[in-house]
Amino acid sequence: MTVPIQCGPDETFVLNLGPQHPATHGVLRVKLTMDGEYVVKAEPVLGYIHRMHEKMAEAGTFAQFMPNTGRMDYLSALSYNQGYVMAVERAAGIEVPERAEYIRTITVELNRISSHLLWFGAFVLDLGGFTPLLYAFDDREKILDLLEHVTGSRLTYCYYRFGGVYNDIDDEFITGTSDFIKRLRSRLPSLYHDLVTGNIILIKRLKDIGFITQEVCRKYGATGPVARGSGINYDIRKNEPYSVYPEFNFDIPVYSECDSMARYMVRMDEIEQSMRIIEQALDKLPDGPVMAKVPKALKPAAGDCYAAVEAARGSFGCRLVCDGGKGPYRLKLRSPTYSNLSLFGEVAEGMLLADALALMGSLDLVIPEIDR
Amino acid sequence: MSIIYDTKWALLALFPEQAEEEKVREEEAKVLAALQEMEPAEEEGEKASQEVEQQEEAAAEKPKKPKEPEEIPPRNNGVLEVDYQARGASLDVLCSPEQVIDTAGILDKAGFFIESISGVDWIKEDQMEVIYDYSIVADVPCRVVVRTRIPRSEPVVPTISEIYPGANWHERETHEFFGIRFEGHPNLVPLLLPEDADFHPLRKDFKL
Repeated sequence: MTVPIQCGPDETFVLNLGPQHPATHGVLRVKLTMDGEYVVKAEPVLGYIHRMHEKMAEAGTFAQFMPNTGRMDYLSALSYNQGYVMAVERAAGIEVPERAEYIRTITVELNRISSHLLWFGAFVLDLGGFTPLLYAFDDREKILDLLEHVTGSRLTYCYYRFGGVYNDIDDEFITGTSDFIKRLRSRLPSLYHDLVTGNIILIKRLKDIGFITQEVCRKYGATGPVARGSGINYDIRKNEPYSVYPEFNFDIPVYSECDSMARYMVRMDEIEQSMRIIEQALDKLPDGPVMAKVPKALKPAAGDCYAAVEAARGSFGCRLVCDGGKGPYRLKLRSPTYSNLSLFGEVAEGMLLADALALMGSLDLVIPEIDR
Repeated sequence: MSIIYDTKWALLALFPEQAEEEKVREEEAKVLAALQEMEPAEEEGEKASQEVEQQEEAAAEKPKKPKEPEEIPPRNNGVLEVDYQARGASLDVLCSPEQVIDTAGILDKAGFFIESISGVDWIKEDQMEVIYDYSIVADVPCRVVVRTRIPRSEPVVPTISEIYPGANWHERETHEFFGIRFEGHPNLVPLLLPEDADFHPLRKDFKL
């Protein structure tokens, strides 16, 4: 007769997840204290790709830091471009021409779609579905081609300038963008929603699992789709309107289920809302210059200011402290996933390991942005 | 405007002297408004003439302005209403390090969430500044900046991680980058730097 191994009631072991692990999307390490299959304690260990962007900002001029902004969140680099130029424009009192604001909106929303598409593919891959990744990358490729055409790069964009954008858009980009939207609209219901959203395996993995309450979101400063999946109607594009967003009709998708499925649905709906914004912006696109007259060497007066944008993962903010010099005296970068991940330890407590990984995927982590 | 107004008065509980002044100012404004209602015609005429005078004054002053940079007078502790469009915040609070916990408690009660914590090294003044950014979900933008100054030789601030667990990582980051100690923090070890890092890279005297 075999006797099953008896484990003491409070016997736990430590499981090391990462720093290189397919489910962590980058070099994130999580120290998990496990009781069998259940997580007792989860402690993210950061800093594996920390590059000290904030010190680099202090070392150069305002313009010299521009390329760095595209290298933090490499999936929605244009939001970071925009957050930084908005902070400098606010400090130096620069007005941006209307056409430039429209171009910014179109390109940043395209970038948001491409970011959500990659998240969608990688997230479903975490859950064991390989095919959807290929569909998502197929569509994302089209966006990268479009953005490469105007910005000159495919991933780490450095397209915006203080007072406008580097390059005007042309007819090829405009027709390409409307064709892309038509194509994605026709593919979303069948290839995304029928295949994945309605899939029973996906629903079983996400529904009623990974609760993040509104109070937890507030205490940790979680924003973006994580907060909106918990019923918090907070989107900087609506709550603190910037650029030309007030001129467009769009909704903020909010789901109050607080589970992983809600966060999934928020991002899927956001893709559709971004397409609405781009269509309206293309319709209304005004003529005019794309750059304001801005002195080459900026010297804003001493003082500090804050500028926030809604990046694909939540609120990205720059606190810019100037001392009257040619570069930032201090630049604090508030990255959304940093706050969104900090609640993981509290929420993952008591979850099954497989569910905790699904929860981590639903947070949409981009590690270079956390580590900066 | 009401959320900004309410938050301002909630925060003014920490600064009784300024609160007294503000009360007097508000009452004066009320009296003035009442007076204006009583004699609107006369006021308008006066206003118009005043405006012309002001415009003339402004026109006369204009060429002078760019020559002399504005001297910012040292600020007293207190709550300042600032222009959101120019500064990206609605309220700017300067407080002593001991009051940091009280401000966090007041803002927590009002429903604010913590956005970020950052340090600034003012090496010329031999001081460090800690800046707390708060925001709230509301119809109007309402961001609150809380700042405090500490001596560079003894940079200690009490922790707010018991009120906002989200502040935990922000304080660890500020600690490792600036060497600012957050008293009462449960786990003040490096977060982004290696665990044995004994340098503070964002201090201005740290050479690259």
